[in-house]
Amino acid sequence: MTTEAHSSDPTAAAPANRDAELISRILAGERELFHELIRPYEKSIYFAAYSILQNEQDAEDAAQEAVLKALKNLANFRAESKFSTWLITIAINEARGRLRHDRVLKFESVDQPTENEEGSFTPALITDWREVPLQALERKELREMLQSAIAGLPEIYRGVLILRDVEDMNIADTARALGVSEGVVKTRLLRARLMMQKILAPQLKSKGGSKGLFGLFRDKAGGAWF
Amino acid sequence: MVLNCKHVWDQISNYIDGEVSPEMRQAIEEHLAHCRHCAAVLDSTRNILYLIADDRTFELPVGYSERLHAKLQEEIGGE
Repeated sequence: MTTEAHSSDPTAAAPANRDAELISRILAGERELFHELIRPYEKSIYFAAYSILQNEQDAEDAAQEAVLKALKNLANFRAESKFSTWLITIAINEARGRLRHDRVLKFESVDQPTENEEGSFTPALITDWREVPLQALERKELREMLQSAIAGLPEIYRGVLILRDVEDMNIADTARALGVSEGVVKTRLLRARLMMQKILAPQLKSKGGSKGLFGLFRDKAGGAWF
Repeated sequence: MVLNCKHVWDQISNYIDGEVSPEMRQAIEEHLAHCRHCAAVLDSTRNILYLIADDRTFELPVGYSERLHAKLQEEIGGE
């Protein structure tokens, strides 16, 4: 993370000004500034690629390639979209391109949109949710449980969930980055979130009482989330 | 507006994002007030989203940033 005052929140207005200024200087010849331009978005690029490729090395390679392509094509960037969204779109396209090389056709059907399936998705029906505190993330087992649940989602749901809920992109930018409508993002997000709930709520609930894994459950009662 | 559980599940993601109308919000909250299942579905979903958003859940590979900028520097310096 850069130490510049305005770069900690790439979604605020100030970073857009910062990006615009950096881009015009880079295009005028100060190419070294490209390092600073991409620094706040390095993590998002990686996880956008990872959401598709599901492999650390492949995601890193795709992220590197996306950054080089962004540098090469910076003159084509148009300021009507955010630089971060444009960059993430390049990373997603790079990752998708790599996936097509590696995958046999039968797996591609998993990626076909299923938004026409408007039927309700049934969540895990539980009562009396005992909240899992953030401190519990210090437990490796919990992190693996969360990562494994996301990895198990079909790609179209995983992509939306990672951009929206892990990277905190808004719905409009998520739609633009994935090349789908905002309505499609909302539909996929609903399914992705309920799938996560269905997979994880019973697992977390069953672990909640065990001493060894989530003793922290008992220390943090009550309190609203978000 | 009276909602059943399925209606609430269909709206739960938009509700979490604040993307429902005031009327829908009120109807959902009236349902949640007397339905323990839906209240637990909402709480558990929010809790899970809160956990996956934390930096500790998904960490970058060690050295990722350094390698990325080294690669970039090769490109910048090579022209």
